Amino acid sequence: MAGTKDRLVVSTTTVLRFAPHIVFRFDDTRRRWIIMAPERLMLPDEQAVEILQLVDGKIEVGGIVDKLAARYTQAAREVIAKDVVAMLQDLADKGCLAAGSSDAAG
Amino acid sequence: MPQDSIQIDPPLALLAELTHRCPLRCPYCSNPLKLERASDELGEAEWIRVLDEAAALGVLQVHFSGGEPMARRDLAALIGAASSRGLYSNLITSGALGGESELRAFAGAGLKHVQLSFQDVVAESADRIAGLAGAHERKIAFAQAVRAIGLPLTVNVVVHRPNLGGIGRMIDFAVALGAQRLEIAHVQYYGWALANRAALLPSRSELDAATEVVEAARERLKGILAIDYVVPDYHAVRPKSCMSGWGRRFLNISPAGKVLPCHAAEVLPGLSFPSVRDANLTDIWYRSDAFNRFRGTAWMAEPCRSCERRTVDWGGCRCQAFLLTGDAARTDPVCALSPDHGLVEDARRKASAAAFRYRRDPATLPTV
Repeated sequence: MAGTKDRLVVSTTTVLRFAPHIVFRFDDTRRRWIIMAPERLMLPDEQAVEILQLVDGKIEVGGIVDKLAARYTQAAREVIAKDVVAMLQDLADKGCLAAGSSDAAG
Repeated sequence: MPQDSIQIDPPLALLAELTHRCPLRCPYCSNPLKLERASDELGEAEWIRVLDEAAALGVLQVHFSGGEPMARRDLAALIGAASSRGLYSNLITSGALGGESELRAFAGAGLKHVQLSFQDVVAESADRIAGLAGAHERKIAFAQAVRAIGLPLTVNVVVHRPNLGGIGRMIDFAVALGAQRLEIAHVQYYGWALANRAALLPSRSELDAATEVVEAARERLKGILAIDYVVPDYHAVRPKSCMSGWGRRFLNISPAGKVLPCHAAEVLPGLSFPSVRDANLTDIWYRSDAFNRFRGTAWMAEPCRSCERRTVDWGGCRCQAFLLTGDAARTDPVCALSPDHGLVEDARRKASAAAFRYRRDPATLPTV
């Protein structure tokens, strides 16, 4: 049987990609971004969509924070970092995100 | 009287019941007592047209189910058709037919996920519940093939009095199989399960002990195994929001093409369910009498009608209301506010260690 695995803990140095069975796309019928996962559908809010659009299997979470900090100069970088890590950790715990580059096998 | 306007949103998911054929004979089978014949099943071209119509209607996910959907030889083609239309496809299987070569074809066609049922974690008990010798070992091999291919796996275990005590071992079993999700679903009392209710319904203390095990495991396995847990509504105070409300999120298509708001709805009298052979899915969803009958809140009687939860639980389950009271428009008797709640209390009292009867056992075709 397959072995057990460890929980993915997200930090600013983690590189994230969508898990192979996750579909993050725009739905033309409902005119909003959706995340499709096994037997569930998630409707990320605007802020989450903006973060997820930067998840590409290459950039570190800290790099995502930098990009957002450049867009929202009125918010402190540490505050943005805390929100981004928490949101990505939640999606990692739901099995939507995996560590590593997109080229790695599922 | 409060009235809530009805906004009809497009459905999120389609449950495609490809066939009622299945090698297992589980005593809680959710298929109707009167199974549809193989010769009446929709053909491949008809299903592909249905998938077209579903995508156009706004459906996002398709669950290929049954019966045992792998009894259909065209399953890979149907998965491919769903994928090419942007539909997220999920296979709900017993794992008792086929294995790695079929799974490779499904993955190649774009299958995203497999939900595999187990009847228990111990082969002897599992095979006894499934009514098929050797089934459990085949399912373990099937689970290994799913993981070897890299498809995500949900293990589904239907629990009831005879196997509820093993719930901790079921959780360990799912982790060892490499599952990402475990769905522990208490039997819901329709069809074959309703006929076997006295043998299947656990006591309150048995249920509470099981729930405690699940809650502890959820905390311990966070990020490793997600556990979905469906409790038996017979022990609840408020009803489940059945299908998230009639005709609000889901539609179900039977093997012969009947379009239903849920898989049990055919038991309801006085409703004529349209067929995909006669009408377009969009017409059926928005305009058919069957889908509009229990939409919204206008159909409700008291105590639902003025209840602050009327748009939370949508009156509970129409099928359960009918099966227990004979009237589909009454409040689900599971609700403690229902004037018929005594029926559920009575069922709880009558639950016992009686023996169950298998699906398709002609000598014991149940009357309710």
